[in-house]
Amino acid sequence: VRIRRWTGILKQPVLWVITLLALFPIYFMLVTSLKTPEDYAANHFGLPAHPTLSNFTEALGGSKFIIWFGNSVLLTVGSVLASCLIAMLAAFALAKLNVPGAGFWYNLMTVLMVIPPVVMVIPLFQFMVNIGLINSYQGVILIYTGLLLPFSIFLLTNFFREVPDSLLEAAAIDGATTFKSLVEIILPLSTPAFVTLVIVNALWVWNELLISVVFLQNDMMKTLMVGLTVFQSRYTLNIPATMAGLVIATIPILVLYIGGQKFFIEGLTAGANKGE
Amino acid sequence: LRTSVTGYLFLLPAIVVLVIVFLYPIVQIIRYSFSTYQMGTWSFVGFQNYRIMLHDPIFLRAFRDNFELLLVVPVLTVVGVFLAILLYERGRFWRTHRFAVFLPYILAIPVVGIIFGYLFQYNGVINEAFRTIGLGALAIDWLGNPKYSMTTLMLVIFWKELGFAVVLFLARLLSVPAELYEAARLDGAGWWRMHWHVSVPQLKRVITFYVIIEMITMMSWVFGYVYVMTGGGPANSTMVAELYIYQTAFQFNNPGLASAVGVALLIVSGVFVAVQFLLNRGDSR
Repeated sequence: VRIRRWTGILKQPVLWVITLLALFPIYFMLVTSLKTPEDYAANHFGLPAHPTLSNFTEALGGSKFIIWFGNSVLLTVGSVLASCLIAMLAAFALAKLNVPGAGFWYNLMTVLMVIPPVVMVIPLFQFMVNIGLINSYQGVILIYTGLLLPFSIFLLTNFFREVPDSLLEAAAIDGATTFKSLVEIILPLSTPAFVTLVIVNALWVWNELLISVVFLQNDMMKTLMVGLTVFQSRYTLNIPATMAGLVIATIPILVLYIGGQKFFIEGLTAGANKGE
Repeated sequence: LRTSVTGYLFLLPAIVVLVIVFLYPIVQIIRYSFSTYQMGTWSFVGFQNYRIMLHDPIFLRAFRDNFELLLVVPVLTVVGVFLAILLYERGRFWRTHRFAVFLPYILAIPVVGIIFGYLFQYNGVINEAFRTIGLGALAIDWLGNPKYSMTTLMLVIFWKELGFAVVLFLARLLSVPAELYEAARLDGAGWWRMHWHVSVPQLKRVITFYVIIEMITMMSWVFGYVYVMTGGGPANSTMVAELYIYQTAFQFNNPGLASAVGVALLIVSGVFVAVQFLLNRGDSR
């Protein structure tokens, strides 16, 4: 009985300590971004004495920040659209069209998911040089799309399998073409899966570093994540300005996450629940 | 026949992209690993790159560091299970706690790396806090001293990856039938025993999944942390395979050697996948 009471008393404090540790670095980023450099020098922990947005105007104005932001948006939208579209077609074939070797393709996706991207980087670099797509949006969107496809096909195939075959057979009797039954029957039933996929994939592309470091070296083509590392070294002494840059880079992620928290968590746990 | 032709037409775009992004590079990197690149042409050199690789202390250091990072996985798993169980009881503010713990997981690694880079500076915020509360002895040079840099890196990775474990395990626990817990309670099991005999067995499958995912993360998904926080230093103390490959190929212009290391990394990942398949198979039997 004594032991049980002790665990009962400890539970809440343990959770609060963990929560505070999880939040502290984020708190530090936020409050520092609102401080003047003098304010920060005098006070590293507390709330800003005179909250200011000047760091944000400095971050946005003083460099190519807005261009980098735009590059990231463009790459994210392009790769997410391409991967969802291509994965939709492939998953439909694997789940519903009796393709010979469907099991092989499905298993192949789970294997491809764990191949380290760095392995592909060197040959792909040579390939992109050869076809003249270094420092191009198209080249990087192609690579991102490829890296996103295994998970996307895996997730959508699992989801499409749940759609009853009888619905498709009924549509076929009514004379619907294969493509039409995908668009008119499967798609409307799969909105949750697509929301999940868009969120998970968009976060991945937005946060990606290795591919963008290697393939987008031209200053005007850099993504925001690569830009931030440049930005940091330029503003080493102006920590509030760097933090403002980090905050701006994080806002789109937070919006996506808070908007689709439920779907997002479903997507991340999908792999675990559909192991085989 | 018609359906299979249509089927492959639907698969075709995916196959084309996967061939370009996965198959072609994997074939090529194996060829590169037996070649050397000079003046714009590749020439065959047999196992030379592999020999150089195995005698390069920095390569050995890189793989040792990756394996050292694997030590974070059991800690993540145990703490994750523990926190998931605490949250499962849905005490006050459990949603707030879940949100807070998961937040680090969605942040970008470069963002996390830059924030912690400042926090862990020798005269940074964390040491200042230690000095203020009279624990100045704990104010070490977290990232600047090769003795501590790996531990600091592990702390940061732990901070970021923990939320995934908690959310994953909690989602599983919430789908466990409540009767199992009631039965255990009726048998008079205490808190620890109940969760040891009910929650942990129910989590076995997701734990396996999580451990595999995290092992792969530690081997081949930590580039961002070291690139931003340490650049592999000081004195190569935080060199990892990915950074070694990147630097060797793109900064030291030795793509042949980098490819050999890439193949080594590929083999290690392959072993992990094989283990996963075997574990899953044993599980479903």
